[in-house]
Amino acid sequence: MKKILIAFAIFALALMPFGNAFANKGELIITNGAEPQGLDHAQISGVPEHRIFFSLFEGLISANPKDASPLPGVAESWTVSNGGKTYTFKLRKTTWSDGVPITAKTFVDSWLRLLAPETAARYAWFPAMFIKGAEDYNSKKGMKDVVSIRAIDDYTFQMDLVGPLPYVLGALIHYSFGIAPLHVIDKHGKDWTKPGNFVGNGPFVLEKWEPQKQLSAVPNPKYWDKDNVHLERVVYLPTDDNNTAYNMYLNKESDWATVIPLDQLSEAQLSDDYQSGPYLGTYYYVIQNEKKPFDDPRVRKALSMSINRKHIVEKITRKGESPALSMVPPMAGYTPSLGDAENVEKAKQLLADAGFPGGKGFPEFKILYNTNEAHKKIAEYVQQAWNENLGLKVTLMNQEWKTYLNTRRKGDFTVARAGWIGDYQDPNTFLDMFVSGAGMNGGKYSNSGFDNLIKKAASMEAGPARMAALQEAEKLFITDDQSVIPIYGYTSQNMINMNKWGGWYNNTMDWHPTKDIFMK
Amino acid sequence: MGKYFIRRFLGLLPTLFVIITISFFMIRLAPGGPFDEEKAVPQEILVNIEKKYHMDEPIVMQYGRYLLDILRGDLGPSFRYPDHDVNFFIVSSLPTSLLLGSMSMGLALFLGIGSGILCAVRQNTWVDYFFMSIAVMGISIPLFVIGPVLMYFFALKMHWLPTSGWVDSRAGWITVLMPVVTLASYYFAYLARLSRASIIETLRSDYVRTARAKGLSGPVIMFKHVLKGAMLPVVSYLGPAFAAIMTGSVVVEQIFRVPGLGKFFVQSAFNRDYTLIMGTVIVYSIILIIMNFIVDIVYSFLDPRITYK
Repeated sequence: MKKILIAFAIFALALMPFGNAFANKGELIITNGAEPQGLDHAQISGVPEHRIFFSLFEGLISANPKDASPLPGVAESWTVSNGGKTYTFKLRKTTWSDGVPITAKTFVDSWLRLLAPETAARYAWFPAMFIKGAEDYNSKKGMKDVVSIRAIDDYTFQMDLVGPLPYVLGALIHYSFGIAPLHVIDKHGKDWTKPGNFVGNGPFVLEKWEPQKQLSAVPNPKYWDKDNVHLERVVYLPTDDNNTAYNMYLNKESDWATVIPLDQLSEAQLSDDYQSGPYLGTYYYVIQNEKKPFDDPRVRKALSMSINRKHIVEKITRKGESPALSMVPPMAGYTPSLGDAENVEKAKQLLADAGFPGGKGFPEFKILYNTNEAHKKIAEYVQQAWNENLGLKVTLMNQEWKTYLNTRRKGDFTVARAGWIGDYQDPNTFLDMFVSGAGMNGGKYSNSGFDNLIKKAASMEAGPARMAALQEAEKLFITDDQSVIPIYGYTSQNMINMNKWGGWYNNTMDWHPTKDIFMK
Repeated sequence: MGKYFIRRFLGLLPTLFVIITISFFMIRLAPGGPFDEEKAVPQEILVNIEKKYHMDEPIVMQYGRYLLDILRGDLGPSFRYPDHDVNFFIVSSLPTSLLLGSMSMGLALFLGIGSGILCAVRQNTWVDYFFMSIAVMGISIPLFVIGPVLMYFFALKMHWLPTSGWVDSRAGWITVLMPVVTLASYYFAYLARLSRASIIETLRSDYVRTARAKGLSGPVIMFKHVLKGAMLPVVSYLGPAFAAIMTGSVVVEQIFRVPGLGKFFVQSAFNRDYTLIMGTVIVYSIILIIMNFIVDIVYSFLDPRITYK
């Protein structure tokens, strides 16, 4: 017995230096919101999925945890040529978690798979906005050779853009630009994401996935930067009930809560663990720009100028949001073009000029919103403000989420609540959806001047001139036409104990890659 | 009896067919579809997606295709969760719901009938008043209040139990306590009241009086004669109750993060995940039909007046 103990002690001692050198420690438990749709980057479309993607996969570019700016991922370095339209990436020599090398061809094949019409990827429109020929292939106007991406050699990947889009590097972080292990997909079909079959290239690799119960991931021994991965395990718990998720955090059953229920907010804000910061999104009301009398900018301005946004963010939403007079939130290098601030007297005057003094003769209309306590309170406030300040008769209409989306898609509303979260950190993501005829332009805004400026900006290289063009476009859209009524800029809300966990930072994308998180 | 079984079994099929048909078309009448999202999917992509799921075909053809798939035992791919089939979700989550339901029903039966007997025997004493006031609370307080209150007290205040989860590696079987008790509360209350009333009524019947006159002891009368007769209304309640406890676990599953079918039942409706809605509807219908069937059979054993030919 003694001998065995001694032998065991020697064995343990022998292992120690290796065991401790790169020891991963800490299990990070995340209450992740809805059950993830899946793990295949070509099939997902939500925020909970994106959090998991950051653990299991990595594209050309990864995200800086501090400010969500682009950092080298599988791409080690890159050069830009052809007036900002061609990007050439030098890939590092790395492999999938099963040891199969990742090459430039992996990127070509994965991207073509996502864009293929038969894959029916919901987010295919995103790469299609950037890559030359991608939209044609996705909408069956061309074969796959029209997509302008290529493998120059095993470790050099090149892509041509539709224009010099300076924000493309940030966009490449998105999962729609990710990669998929085609050799595994060929073998297992859609079962490739099941534990046991799964192969990834991220800092972590899938350990267990029991739908509606939990998904866990452990460090990927084949990850190129594995020495900088600190956690021992990441656990994602699906939580449909926000109150339960919050209670789990309070009871120390989770380390990071990604949602805070509205009625617990004031309590949460007192905690040191409450993390909140500006989030790249705008809450606004969209108006049918073609519908009379809303086709008159004076009417839309009157509506906007009679709302007290400060009251909304301080008394109703209370998450530290900033009142917004512009569609684009403030960003580095860009000063938003503002609409007119609250001015009830001027609003009354504008409405009178438009032919409705004191609201007389103005048709009764509805505010559409999706069923939700906060949206309801805001709508009630706006209803009252328009009634008291302008003498308008407004009723409220709430609809269940999918019904509301359907109504909005069909344009079957007069004024509707809307929200937009930027896909990348550039003003363009808040503006280009309002060009004439665009699918997401639900208010049917149409101004050729605006369209031209957005088009012009898309052909310009990074710099003040491009920002000026976008600013000019927003001036037409908001300052002159007040096509929509911006209400506030979003903030992010999380609960995490910063004394225990490091490498987690508030940033405007609310992206927190698990690669960088460590236990203090 | 054998013939009756076969006849009843064959009778299930048309019922199921009607349920499937009505659900199939009703789901599609609801505004909004599985692919409506905040960031509206462009038309060209919608065309690709609809083609993939055969939603570009006329609805009658989709219906025919669906029926053929069901006959092959294939409930189709989930629209919302493309990595999995509906079959997978049902196979992986139905046992959890059945376990939760059976445990709750077991608890409700044990406590409900037990306290029912106690209250009937000790009618109008403090025991009776005590259990019946609990029963009134159980019936009148909804699950979505009982659940969070239990969670607040036992998890957040006393730290005796974890807030939620289901037999996981961290907390183990102790996690089943709160969901089972919450779900059982209403059925316990109903069963206690029902069995109390039924036993009191039976106690007053002639055959019990005869038994007493013959000099039989109290326990013999209660367990041999009274209970058998008094359980008839309880048994007929059990069929629908068991089906209801399965479908009623939706709220409990949501609050306590139980990975059961009920969660899919609700979420799939919100997501307009057509195939998953159909799958859960079919499973719940089968449970309901089978439960009613079992009740009819048990009835024939309990009540000598009923025979099936």
